[in-house]
Amino acid sequence: MTVQQISVFLENKSGSLVKVFRALSQAGIQLITSTLADTADYGVCRILCDNPDKAYSVLSQDGFSVTKTPVFAIALDDQPGRAADAIACFADGGISISYLYSFLYEGKGVLIFRTSDLDKAAALIAEKGLSEAKL
Amino acid sequence: MDYSPYFNPEFELLDRGQIEALQLKRLQDTMAHCYHGSPFYRKRLDSIGVKPESIKTLDDLRRIPFTTKQDLRDTYPFGIASVPLDQCVRLHSSSGTTGNPTVVLHSAKDLHEWANALARSLWMVGCRPEDVFQNTSGYGMFTGGLGFQYAAELLGMLTVPAGAGNTLRQLKFFTDFGTTVVHAIPSYAARLYEVMCQQGIDPRRDTKLKIMAIGAEPHSEDTRKRIEDMLGVKAYNSFGMSEMCGPGVAFECKEQNGMHIWEDYYIVEIVDPDTLEPVPEGEVGELVLTTLNREAMPLLRYRTRDLTRILPGKCPCGREHKRLDRMKGRSDDMMILKGVNIFPIQIETILAQYKELASDYLITLDTFEDNDGMTVEVELSDRANVDDYAALQNLNKDITRALRDEILITPKVKLVPKGSLPRSEGKAVRVKDLRKKY
Ligand SMILES: [Zn+2]
Repeated sequence: MTVQQISVFLENKSGSLVKVFRALSQAGIQLITSTLADTADYGVCRILCDNPDKAYSVLSQDGFSVTKTPVFAIALDDQPGRAADAIACFADGGISISYLYSFLYEGKGVLIFRTSDLDKAAALIAEKGLSEAKL
Repeated sequence: MDYSPYFNPEFELLDRGQIEALQLKRLQDTMAHCYHGSPFYRKRLDSIGVKPESIKTLDDLRRIPFTTKQDLRDTYPFGIASVPLDQCVRLHSSSGTTGNPTVVLHSAKDLHEWANALARSLWMVGCRPEDVFQNTSGYGMFTGGLGFQYAAELLGMLTVPAGAGNTLRQLKFFTDFGTTVVHAIPSYAARLYEVMCQQGIDPRRDTKLKIMAIGAEPHSEDTRKRIEDMLGVKAYNSFGMSEMCGPGVAFECKEQNGMHIWEDYYIVEIVDPDTLEPVPEGEVGELVLTTLNREAMPLLRYRTRDLTRILPGKCPCGREHKRLDRMKGRSDDMMILKGVNIFPIQIETILAQYKELASDYLITLDTFEDNDGMTVEVELSDRANVDDYAALQNLNKDITRALRDEILITPKVKLVPKGSLPRSEGKAVRVKDLRKKY
Protein backbone atom coordinates (compact mmCIF):
# COMPACT_ATOMS: atom_id res chain seq x y z
CA MET A 1 0.00 0.00 0.00
CA THR A 2 1.30 3.35 -0.98
CA VAL A 3 0.10 6.88 -0.29
CA GLN A 4 -0.18 9.59 -2.91
CA GLN A 5 2.28 12.41 -2.54
CA ILE A 6 1.92 15.72 -4.38
CA SER A 7 5.07 17.31 -5.78
CA VAL A 8 4.96 20.93 -6.85
CA PHE A 9 7.60 22.54 -9.02
CA LEU A 10 8.56 25.95 -7.72
CA GLU A 11 10.64 28.76 -8.97
CA ASN A 12 13.02 29.56 -6.17
CA LYS A 13 10.75 32.13 -4.63
CA SER A 14 9.17 31.94 -1.21
CA GLY A 15 6.20 33.77 -2.69
CA SER A 16 5.23 30.78 -4.77
CA LEU A 17 5.41 28.54 -1.70
CA VAL A 18 2.92 30.80 0.05
CA LYS A 19 0.61 30.51 -2.96
CA VAL A 20 0.72 26.70 -2.80
CA PHE A 21 -0.28 26.55 0.86
CA ARG A 22 -2.94 29.27 0.47
CA ALA A 23 -4.50 27.40 -2.43
CA LEU A 24 -4.61 24.17 -0.39
CA SER A 25 -6.06 25.76 2.72
CA GLN A 26 -8.68 27.67 0.72
CA ALA A 27 -9.77 24.34 -0.78
CA GLY A 28 -10.11 22.94 2.75
CA ILE A 29 -7.28 20.49 2.34
CA GLN A 30 -5.45 19.42 5.52
CA LEU A 31 -1.70 19.25 5.32
CA ILE A 32 0.02 16.26 6.92
CA THR A 33 3.58 17.19 6.14
CA SER A 34 5.68 18.94 3.52
CA THR A 35 9.34 19.10 2.56
CA LEU A 36 11.19 21.44 0.26
CA ALA A 37 14.11 20.38 -1.89
CA ASP A 38 15.89 23.25 -3.46
CA THR A 39 18.78 24.34 -5.67
CA ALA A 40 19.96 27.67 -6.97
CA ASP A 41 17.44 27.59 -9.78
CA TYR A 42 14.28 26.00 -8.53
CA GLY A 43 12.71 23.83 -5.87
CA VAL A 44 10.37 20.90 -5.52
CA CYS A 45 7.87 20.96 -2.66
CA ARG A 46 6.59 17.51 -1.64
CA ILE A 47 3.29 17.42 0.17
CA LEU A 48 1.26 14.78 1.98
CA CYS A 49 -2.31 15.78 2.71
CA ASP A 50 -5.72 14.34 3.48
CA ASN A 51 -7.00 14.63 -0.10
CA PRO A 52 -4.25 14.25 -2.68
CA ASP A 53 -6.58 13.99 -5.68
CA LYS A 54 -8.23 17.27 -4.81
CA ALA A 55 -4.88 18.89 -4.03
CA TYR A 56 -3.60 17.79 -7.42
CA SER A 57 -6.49 19.31 -9.33
CA VAL A 58 -6.56 22.51 -7.25
CA LEU A 59 -2.86 23.19 -7.73
CA SER A 60 -2.93 22.16 -11.35
CA GLN A 61 -5.82 24.54 -12.07
CA ASP A 62 -3.96 27.29 -10.29
CA GLY A 63 -1.18 26.94 -12.83
CA PHE A 64 1.33 24.95 -10.82
CA SER A 65 3.40 22.19 -12.36
CA VAL A 66 2.33 19.23 -10.22
CA THR A 67 3.02 15.51 -10.16
CA LYS A 68 1.28 12.80 -8.14
CA THR A 69 3.68 10.12 -6.94
CA PRO A 70 3.06 6.91 -4.96
CA VAL A 71 5.34 6.67 -1.92
CA PHE A 72 5.54 4.16 0.92
CA ALA A 73 4.67 5.21 4.48
CA ILE A 74 6.07 3.02 7.25
CA ALA A 75 4.99 3.37 10.86
CA LEU A 76 7.85 3.32 13.33
CA ASP A 77 7.19 2.27 16.92
CA ASP A 78 8.99 4.28 19.53
CA GLN A 79 11.91 1.94 20.15
CA PRO A 80 15.27 3.41 19.19
CA GLY A 81 16.82 2.32 15.89
CA ARG A 82 13.58 1.40 14.15
CA ALA A 83 14.23 3.76 11.25
CA ALA A 84 17.70 2.29 10.77
CA ASP A 85 16.25 -1.23 10.84
CA ALA A 86 13.65 -0.37 8.25
CA ILE A 87 16.18 1.24 5.92
CA ALA A 88 18.59 -1.68 6.36
CA CYS A 89 15.75 -3.95 5.34
CA PHE A 90 15.36 -2.21 1.99
CA ALA A 91 19.08 -1.96 1.41
CA ASP A 92 19.48 -5.70 2.04
CA GLY A 93 16.50 -6.42 -0.20
CA GLY A 94 18.16 -4.57 -3.10
CA ILE A 95 15.63 -1.78 -3.31
CA SER A 96 16.97 1.57 -4.42
CA ILE A 97 15.50 4.52 -2.60
CA SER A 98 15.25 7.82 -4.47
CA TYR A 99 14.58 9.85 -1.37
CA LEU A 100 13.11 9.53 2.10
CA TYR A 101 11.96 11.70 4.93
CA SER A 102 10.34 11.15 8.30
CA PHE A 103 8.07 13.05 10.62
CA LEU A 104 5.85 12.60 13.66
CA TYR A 105 2.19 12.06 13.01
CA GLU A 106 -0.29 11.75 15.91
CA GLY A 107 2.60 10.95 18.20
CA LYS A 108 3.99 8.18 15.98
CA GLY A 109 7.09 8.22 13.81
CA VAL A 110 6.41 7.90 10.07
CA LEU A 111 9.03 7.10 7.45
CA ILE A 112 8.23 8.05 3.85
CA PHE A 113 10.25 6.68 1.00
CA ARG A 114 10.13 6.71 -2.76
CA THR A 115 11.31 3.87 -4.97
CA SER A 116 10.53 2.86 -8.51
CA ASP A 117 10.49 -0.83 -7.45
CA LEU A 118 6.89 -0.61 -6.20
CA ASP A 119 6.03 -4.32 -6.28
CA LYS A 120 9.30 -5.46 -4.81
CA ALA A 121 9.04 -2.94 -1.98
CA ALA A 122 5.46 -3.95 -1.20
CA ALA A 123 6.48 -7.61 -1.06
CA LEU A 124 9.39 -6.83 1.22
CA ILE A 125 7.24 -4.79 3.58
CA ALA A 126 4.84 -7.72 3.92
CA GLU A 127 7.65 -10.24 4.31
CA LYS A 128 9.47 -8.30 7.01
CA GLY A 129 6.28 -7.46 8.86
CA LEU A 130 6.79 -3.73 8.70
CA SER A 131 3.62 -1.89 9.56
CA GLU A 132 2.25 0.70 7.23
CA ALA A 133 1.35 4.09 8.60
CA LYS A 134 -2.30 5.15 8.43
CA LEU A 135 -2.35 8.77 7.36
CA MET B 1 57.82 53.82 -44.92
CA ASP B 2 55.58 56.32 -46.72
CA TYR B 3 52.33 54.93 -47.98
CA SER B 4 49.35 56.36 -49.78
CA PRO B 5 46.40 56.85 -47.41
CA TYR B 6 44.31 54.85 -49.89
CA PHE B 7 44.36 51.18 -50.79
CA ASN B 8 42.21 51.63 -53.91
CA PRO B 9 42.45 55.36 -54.66
CA GLU B 10 40.84 54.78 -58.07
CA PHE B 11 37.66 53.69 -56.29
CA GLU B 12 37.88 55.33 -52.89
CA LEU B 13 38.26 58.82 -54.32
CA LEU B 14 35.42 58.75 -56.86
CA ASP B 15 33.01 61.65 -56.53
CA ARG B 16 29.25 61.12 -56.40
CA GLY B 17 28.82 61.47 -60.16
CA GLN B 18 31.59 58.96 -60.86
CA ILE B 19 30.28 56.55 -58.25
CA GLU B 20 26.81 56.61 -59.75
CA ALA B 21 28.07 56.22 -63.31
CA LEU B 22 30.10 53.19 -62.23
CA GLN B 23 27.12 51.80 -60.34
CA LEU B 24 24.84 52.06 -63.37
CA LYS B 25 27.35 50.25 -65.55
CA ARG B 26 27.88 47.53 -62.97
CA LEU B 27 24.15 47.20 -62.26
CA GLN B 28 23.50 46.64 -65.95
CA ASP B 29 26.23 44.02 -66.06
CA THR B 30 24.92 42.36 -62.92
CA MET B 31 21.38 42.27 -64.28
CA ALA B 32 22.56 40.66 -67.50
CA HIS B 33 24.65 38.17 -65.55
CA CYS B 34 21.75 37.21 -63.26
CA TYR B 35 19.27 37.03 -66.12
CA HIS B 36 21.43 34.76 -68.22
CA GLY B 37 23.09 32.81 -65.43
CA SER B 38 20.52 32.28 -62.70
CA PRO B 39 17.32 30.37 -63.50
CA PHE B 40 15.85 31.80 -60.29
CA TYR B 41 16.36 35.40 -61.35
CA ARG B 42 15.43 34.76 -64.95
CA LYS B 43 12.08 33.34 -63.93
CA ARG B 44 11.44 36.13 -61.46
CA LEU B 45 12.38 38.92 -63.87
CA ASP B 46 10.46 37.33 -66.75
CA SER B 47 7.37 37.09 -64.57
CA ILE B 48 7.24 40.88 -64.30
CA GLY B 49 8.58 41.60 -67.76
CA VAL B 50 11.85 43.22 -66.66
CA LYS B 51 14.85 42.56 -68.86
CA PRO B 52 18.48 43.60 -68.36
CA GLU B 53 17.91 46.23 -71.05
CA SER B 54 15.14 47.71 -68.89
CA ILE B 55 17.77 49.24 -66.62
CA LYS B 56 18.58 52.58 -68.21
CA THR B 57 19.14 54.69 -65.09
CA LEU B 58 19.89 53.94 -61.45
CA ASP B 59 16.25 54.76 -60.65
CA ASP B 60 15.24 51.75 -62.74
CA LEU B 61 16.64 49.66 -59.90
CA ARG B 62 13.26 50.06 -58.26
CA ARG B 63 11.64 48.01 -61.01
CA ILE B 64 13.56 44.96 -59.76
CA PRO B 65 11.82 42.84 -57.10
CA PHE B 66 13.41 42.41 -53.68
CA THR B 67 15.36 39.27 -52.84
CA THR B 68 14.76 37.92 -49.32
CA LYS B 69 16.37 35.45 -46.97
CA GLN B 70 13.36 33.23 -47.65
CA ASP B 71 14.39 33.17 -51.33
CA LEU B 72 17.79 31.89 -50.23
CA ARG B 73 16.13 29.23 -48.09
CA ASP B 74 13.72 28.24 -50.84
CA THR B 75 16.56 27.77 -53.32
CA TYR B 76 18.83 25.96 -50.84
CA PRO B 77 21.50 24.93 -51.47
CA PHE B 78 22.62 26.19 -54.89
CA GLY B 79 19.49 27.39 -56.65
CA ILE B 80 20.12 31.13 -56.77
CA ALA B 81 23.66 31.00 -58.16
CA SER B 82 24.44 32.71 -61.48
CA VAL B 83 27.33 30.44 -62.44
CA PRO B 84 27.74 26.66 -62.62
CA LEU B 85 29.16 25.07 -59.49
CA ASP B 86 32.48 24.28 -61.17
CA GLN B 87 33.21 28.00 -61.18
CA CYS B 88 32.68 28.24 -57.41
CA VAL B 89 35.52 27.67 -55.00
CA ARG B 90 33.92 28.19 -51.60
CA LEU B 91 30.60 28.22 -49.83
CA HIS B 92 29.61 29.64 -46.48
CA SER B 93 26.46 28.31 -44.88
CA SER B 94 24.41 29.65 -42.02
CA SER B 95 24.46 27.68 -38.80
CA GLY B 96 21.58 25.62 -37.63
CA THR B 97 19.80 22.49 -38.60
CA THR B 98 16.24 23.67 -38.14
CA GLY B 99 14.44 25.40 -40.95
CA ASN B 100 16.42 25.67 -44.14
CA PRO B 101 19.84 27.08 -43.73
CA THR B 102 21.22 29.39 -46.40
CA VAL B 103 24.26 29.03 -48.60
CA VAL B 104 26.42 31.73 -50.13
CA LEU B 105 28.69 30.71 -53.01
CA HIS B 106 31.92 32.39 -54.05
CA SER B 107 34.07 32.21 -57.16
CA ALA B 108 37.81 32.80 -56.93
CA LYS B 109 37.25 36.37 -58.12
CA ASP B 110 34.53 36.87 -55.49
CA LEU B 111 36.97 35.84 -52.76
CA HIS B 112 39.53 38.24 -54.11
CA GLU B 113 37.02 41.11 -54.26
CA TRP B 114 35.86 40.35 -50.74
CA ALA B 115 39.43 40.38 -49.47
CA ASN B 116 40.07 43.60 -51.38
CA ALA B 117 37.08 45.44 -49.91
CA LEU B 118 38.09 44.48 -46.40
CA ALA B 119 41.79 45.14 -47.01
CA ARG B 120 40.79 48.58 -48.27
CA SER B 121 38.82 49.08 -45.04
CA LEU B 122 41.71 48.00 -42.84
CA TRP B 123 44.12 50.20 -44.77
CA MET B 124 41.72 53.11 -44.30
CA VAL B 125 42.07 52.89 -40.52
CA GLY B 126 45.86 52.70 -40.65
CA CYS B 127 46.80 49.03 -41.07
CA ARG B 128 50.04 48.65 -43.03
CA PRO B 129 52.22 45.72 -44.13
CA GLU B 130 54.50 46.06 -41.08
CA ASP B 131 51.55 45.43 -38.79
CA VAL B 132 50.87 42.13 -37.07
CA PHE B 133 47.23 41.16 -37.32
CA GLN B 134 45.60 38.72 -34.92
CA ASN B 135 42.16 37.34 -35.64
CA THR B 136 40.12 36.15 -32.66
CA SER B 137 37.16 35.10 -34.83
CA GLY B 138 36.19 31.51 -35.21
CA TYR B 139 37.24 30.20 -38.60
CA GLY B 140 35.14 27.79 -40.61
CA MET B 141 31.66 28.85 -41.64
CA PHE B 142 31.81 32.08 -39.66
CA THR B 143 32.88 34.66 -42.25
CA GLY B 144 34.78 36.78 -39.72
CA GLY B 145 37.50 34.14 -39.72
CA LEU B 146 38.52 33.50 -43.32
CA GLY B 147 37.22 36.93 -44.40
CA PHE B 148 39.66 38.84 -42.21
CA GLN B 149 42.40 36.30 -42.84
CA TYR B 150 42.42 36.79 -46.62
CA ALA B 151 42.04 40.56 -46.32
CA ALA B 152 44.91 40.93 -43.86
CA GLU B 153 47.13 38.77 -46.05
CA LEU B 154 46.19 40.76 -49.15
CA LEU B 155 47.07 43.95 -47.33
CA GLY B 156 50.39 42.36 -46.45
CA MET B 157 50.25 42.18 -42.68
CA LEU B 158 51.78 39.27 -40.80
CA THR B 159 48.71 37.35 -39.75
CA VAL B 160 48.12 35.35 -36.57
CA PRO B 161 45.05 33.18 -37.22
CA ALA B 162 44.47 32.52 -33.52
CA GLY B 163 40.81 31.62 -33.90
CA ALA B 164 38.19 31.96 -31.20
CA GLY B 165 38.66 31.50 -27.48
CA ASN B 166 41.63 30.38 -25.38
CA THR B 167 42.21 33.84 -24.02
CA LEU B 168 45.51 33.06 -22.31
CA ARG B 169 46.93 31.89 -25.61
CA GLN B 170 45.62 35.03 -27.34
CA LEU B 171 47.46 37.14 -24.77
CA LYS B 172 50.66 35.16 -25.21
CA PHE B 173 50.46 35.78 -28.96
CA PHE B 174 49.96 39.50 -28.32
CA THR B 175 53.12 39.74 -26.29
CA ASP B 176 55.27 37.18 -28.16
CA PHE B 177 54.42 38.25 -31.72
CA GLY B 178 53.95 41.96 -31.12
CA THR B 179 50.37 42.01 -32.38
CA THR B 180 49.32 45.54 -33.39
CA VAL B 181 45.90 44.94 -34.95
CA VAL B 182 43.15 42.72 -33.56
CA HIS B 183 39.79 41.70 -34.89
CA ALA B 184 37.31 40.79 -32.16
CA ILE B 185 33.65 40.98 -31.37
CA PRO B 186 33.07 43.74 -28.81
CA SER B 187 32.20 41.43 -25.94
CA TYR B 188 35.42 39.51 -26.49
CA ALA B 189 37.45 42.71 -26.47
CA ALA B 190 36.18 43.31 -22.95
CA ARG B 191 37.00 39.73 -22.02
CA LEU B 192 40.56 40.13 -23.28
CA TYR B 193 41.01 43.11 -20.99
CA GLU B 194 39.55 41.27 -18.01
CA VAL B 195 42.04 38.43 -18.42
CA MET B 196 44.90 40.87 -19.01
CA CYS B 197 44.11 42.42 -15.63
CA GLN B 198 44.06 39.00 -13.98
CA GLN B 199 47.44 38.19 -15.54
CA GLY B 200 48.98 41.53 -14.62
CA ILE B 201 49.32 42.54 -18.27
CA ASP B 202 49.06 46.25 -18.96
CA PRO B 203 47.99 46.56 -22.60
CA ARG B 204 49.74 49.92 -23.01
CA ARG B 205 53.00 48.78 -21.42
CA ASP B 206 53.16 45.11 -22.36
CA THR B 207 51.58 44.97 -25.82
CA LYS B 208 51.83 46.90 -29.08
CA LEU B 209 48.09 46.88 -29.73
CA LYS B 210 46.91 50.00 -31.55
CA ILE B 211 44.00 49.14 -33.82
CA MET B 212 40.98 46.99 -33.24
CA ALA B 213 38.28 46.05 -35.71
CA ILE B 214 35.04 45.35 -33.88
CA GLY B 215 31.81 44.15 -35.37
CA ALA B 216 29.37 41.29 -35.89
CA GLU B 217 27.60 42.16 -32.66
CA PRO B 218 25.46 45.16 -31.80
CA HIS B 219 27.20 47.55 -29.47
CA SER B 220 26.94 51.14 -28.34
CA GLU B 221 29.25 54.10 -28.74
CA ASP B 222 29.93 53.79 -25.01
CA THR B 223 31.10 50.22 -25.48
CA ARG B 224 33.51 51.33 -28.19
CA LYS B 225 34.90 54.09 -25.98
CA ARG B 226 35.36 51.65 -23.13
CA ILE B 227 37.22 49.21 -25.35
CA GLU B 228 39.48 52.04 -26.50
CA ASP B 229 40.12 53.17 -22.92
CA MET B 230 40.73 49.68 -21.61
CA LEU B 231 43.05 48.44 -24.33
CA GLY B 232 44.63 51.71 -25.43
CA VAL B 233 43.56 51.17 -29.05
CA LYS B 234 41.46 52.86 -31.70
CA ALA B 235 38.43 50.65 -32.26
CA TYR B 236 36.65 50.77 -35.61
CA ASN B 237 33.19 49.50 -36.33
CA SER B 238 32.98 46.88 -39.05
CA PHE B 239 29.82 45.83 -40.85
CA GLY B 240 29.14 42.87 -43.03
CA MET B 241 26.89 39.89 -43.50
CA SER B 242 27.46 36.49 -44.98
CA GLU B 243 24.89 37.04 -47.75
CA MET B 244 27.04 39.86 -49.11
CA CYS B 245 30.27 37.89 -48.45
CA GLY B 246 31.06 38.76 -44.84
CA PRO B 247 32.92 41.62 -43.17
CA GLY B 248 34.06 44.45 -45.45
CA VAL B 249 30.67 45.67 -46.67
CA ALA B 250 31.01 48.90 -44.69
CA PHE B 251 33.70 50.14 -42.33
CA GLU B 252 34.40 53.23 -40.30
CA CYS B 253 37.13 55.58 -41.42
CA LYS B 254 39.37 57.38 -38.94
CA GLU B 255 36.61 59.91 -38.32
CA GLN B 256 34.71 57.16 -36.46
CA ASN B 257 31.46 58.69 -37.56
CA GLY B 258 29.53 56.23 -39.69
CA MET B 259 30.72 53.32 -41.79
CA HIS B 260 31.54 53.99 -45.45
CA ILE B 261 29.69 51.47 -47.53
CA TRP B 262 31.74 50.63 -50.59
CA GLU B 263 29.50 51.78 -53.37
CA ASP B 264 31.63 50.34 -56.12
CA TYR B 265 30.56 47.00 -54.60
CA TYR B 266 27.00 47.74 -53.51
CA ILE B 267 24.02 49.90 -54.25
CA VAL B 268 22.50 50.87 -50.96
CA GLU B 269 18.84 51.68 -50.39
CA ILE B 270 17.04 52.41 -47.14
CA VAL B 271 13.36 51.45 -47.29
CA ASP B 272 10.40 51.45 -44.97
CA PRO B 273 10.17 47.77 -43.93
CA ASP B 274 6.35 47.86 -44.16
CA THR B 275 5.72 49.79 -47.37
CA LEU B 276 9.10 48.96 -48.94
CA GLU B 277 9.19 52.54 -50.24
CA PRO B 278 12.40 54.55 -49.84
CA VAL B 279 12.56 56.58 -46.64
CA PRO B 280 13.57 60.25 -46.81
CA GLU B 281 17.34 60.80 -46.79
CA GLY B 282 18.80 60.43 -43.31
CA GLU B 283 15.87 58.53 -41.81
CA VAL B 284 16.01 55.04 -40.34
CA GLY B 285 14.74 52.15 -42.41
CA GLU B 286 15.72 48.71 -43.61
CA LEU B 287 19.01 48.39 -45.43
CA VAL B 288 18.63 46.91 -48.92
CA LEU B 289 21.76 45.98 -50.85
CA THR B 290 22.40 45.10 -54.47
CA THR B 291 25.75 43.50 -55.20
CA LEU B 292 27.63 45.03 -58.12
CA ASN B 293 30.64 42.85 -58.77
CA ARG B 294 29.75 39.36 -57.65
CA GLU B 295 30.16 36.44 -59.98
CA ALA B 296 28.90 33.32 -58.27
CA MET B 297 25.87 34.62 -56.47
CA PRO B 298 24.88 38.21 -57.16
CA LEU B 299 21.90 39.41 -55.15
CA LEU B 300 19.47 42.02 -56.42
CA ARG B 301 17.88 44.33 -53.84
CA TYR B 302 18.52 41.98 -50.95
CA ARG B 303 16.51 42.85 -47.84
CA THR B 304 19.08 42.66 -45.05
CA ARG B 305 16.51 43.21 -42.27
CA ASP B 306 19.05 45.48 -40.58
CA LEU B 307 17.69 48.86 -39.57
CA THR B 308 19.96 51.83 -40.05
CA ARG B 309 20.18 55.17 -41.81
CA ILE B 310 22.50 57.00 -44.15
CA LEU B 311 24.37 59.78 -42.40
CA PRO B 312 23.77 63.01 -44.28
CA GLY B 313 26.60 65.29 -45.35
CA LYS B 314 30.16 64.76 -46.51
CA CYS B 315 32.78 62.91 -44.52
CA PRO B 316 35.86 65.00 -43.73
CA CYS B 317 38.06 62.08 -44.83
CA GLY B 318 37.26 62.95 -48.45
CA ARG B 319 35.62 59.66 -49.41
CA GLU B 320 32.18 60.22 -50.90
CA HIS B 321 30.98 56.65 -50.40
CA LYS B 322 27.86 56.89 -48.23
CA ARG B 323 28.11 56.31 -44.51
CA LEU B 324 25.84 53.92 -42.62
CA ASP B 325 24.97 54.74 -39.06
CA ARG B 326 25.35 52.10 -36.36
CA MET B 327 22.76 49.34 -36.81
CA LYS B 328 19.60 50.30 -34.93
CA GLY B 329 18.05 46.86 -34.72
CA ARG B 330 16.30 44.38 -36.97
CA SER B 331 13.05 44.35 -38.86
CA ASP B 332 12.70 40.64 -38.17
CA ASP B 333 13.20 38.55 -35.04
CA MET B 334 16.81 37.59 -35.67
CA MET B 335 19.11 37.97 -32.67
CA ILE B 336 22.83 38.54 -32.94
CA LEU B 337 24.76 37.17 -30.00
CA LYS B 338 28.54 36.96 -29.93
CA GLY B 339 28.55 37.35 -33.69
CA VAL B 340 26.20 34.42 -34.20
CA ASN B 341 22.86 34.96 -35.91
CA ILE B 342 20.04 33.22 -34.09
CA PHE B 343 16.35 33.03 -34.87
CA PRO B 344 13.82 32.22 -32.12
CA ILE B 345 12.36 29.51 -34.36
CA GLN B 346 15.60 27.53 -34.00
CA ILE B 347 15.16 27.49 -30.24
CA GLU B 348 11.47 26.82 -30.48
CA THR B 349 12.05 23.80 -32.71
CA ILE B 350 14.47 22.27 -30.25
CA LEU B 351 12.20 22.88 -27.26
CA ALA B 352 9.25 21.35 -29.10
CA GLN B 353 11.05 18.00 -29.12
CA TYR B 354 10.60 17.57 -25.36
CA LYS B 355 7.28 16.28 -24.12
CA GLU B 356 8.12 17.58 -20.65
CA LEU B 357 8.01 21.14 -21.95
CA ALA B 358 5.07 23.36 -22.78
CA SER B 359 5.15 25.63 -25.80
CA ASP B 360 5.89 28.87 -23.98
CA TYR B 361 9.42 30.12 -23.61
CA LEU B 362 11.27 33.36 -23.06
CA ILE B 363 14.70 34.21 -24.44
CA THR B 364 16.55 36.92 -22.51
CA LEU B 365 19.73 38.45 -23.83
CA ASP B 366 21.72 40.25 -21.19
CA THR B 367 25.18 41.53 -20.39
CA PHE B 368 26.98 40.21 -17.32
CA GLU B 369 30.37 41.68 -16.58
CA ASP B 370 30.84 42.69 -20.20
CA ASN B 371 29.87 39.25 -21.40
CA ASP B 372 26.72 38.89 -23.46
CA GLY B 373 24.73 35.79 -22.74
CA MET B 374 21.41 34.12 -23.34
CA THR B 375 18.94 32.72 -20.84
CA VAL B 376 16.15 30.48 -22.09
CA GLU B 377 13.25 30.07 -19.69
CA VAL B 378 10.83 27.37 -20.69
CA GLU B 379 7.60 26.26 -19.08
CA LEU B 380 7.10 22.68 -17.97
CA SER B 381 4.18 20.76 -19.40
CA ASP B 382 1.77 18.55 -17.47
CA ARG B 383 3.83 15.57 -18.59
CA ALA B 384 6.92 16.62 -16.67
CA ASN B 385 7.53 14.50 -13.59
CA VAL B 386 8.39 17.25 -11.14
CA ASP B 387 8.87 14.77 -8.30
CA ASP B 388 11.96 13.36 -9.97
CA TYR B 389 14.59 15.89 -9.18
CA ALA B 390 17.45 14.13 -11.00
CA ALA B 391 15.31 13.84 -14.10
CA LEU B 392 14.67 17.58 -14.04
CA GLN B 393 18.37 18.28 -13.76
CA ASN B 394 19.08 15.89 -16.63
CA LEU B 395 16.32 17.46 -18.68
CA ASN B 396 17.93 20.82 -18.09
CA LYS B 397 21.30 19.50 -19.21
CA ASP B 398 19.85 17.78 -22.29
CA ILE B 399 18.09 20.92 -23.43
CA THR B 400 21.21 23.01 -22.87
CA ARG B 401 23.27 20.61 -24.96
CA ALA B 402 20.70 20.43 -27.76
CA LEU B 403 20.44 24.22 -27.90
CA ARG B 404 24.19 24.61 -27.95
CA ASP B 405 24.44 22.18 -30.87
CA GLU B 406 21.85 24.20 -32.72
CA ILE B 407 22.85 27.80 -32.06
CA LEU B 408 26.56 27.28 -31.27
CA ILE B 409 26.21 29.23 -28.03
CA THR B 410 25.60 27.71 -24.62
CA PRO B 411 22.52 29.29 -23.10
CA LYS B 412 21.47 29.14 -19.48
CA VAL B 413 18.32 27.06 -19.41
CA LYS B 414 15.74 27.63 -16.69
CA LEU B 415 12.74 25.40 -16.25
CA VAL B 416 9.77 27.35 -14.94
CA PRO B 417 6.24 26.39 -13.87
CA LYS B 418 3.63 26.36 -16.60
CA GLY B 419 1.84 29.67 -17.09
CA SER B 420 4.51 31.64 -15.27
CA LEU B 421 6.08 33.46 -18.22
CA PRO B 422 4.87 36.96 -19.08
CA ARG B 423 2.33 37.30 -21.83
CA SER B 424 1.20 40.40 -23.61
CA GLU B 425 -2.23 40.51 -25.25
CA GLY B 426 -2.48 36.76 -24.78
CA LYS B 427 0.60 36.19 -26.91
CA ALA B 428 3.73 35.02 -25.19
CA VAL B 429 6.65 37.44 -25.36
CA ARG B 430 9.51 35.50 -26.91
CA VAL B 431 12.60 37.67 -26.71
CA LYS B 432 13.78 40.26 -24.23
CA ASP B 433 17.00 42.09 -25.05
CA LEU B 434 18.54 43.79 -22.03
CA ARG B 435 22.04 44.13 -23.44
CA LYS B 436 23.94 47.39 -23.36
CA LYS B 437 23.77 48.42 -26.99
CA TYR B 438 22.44 50.66 -29.72
ZN1 LIG C 1 35.28 59.02 -43.93
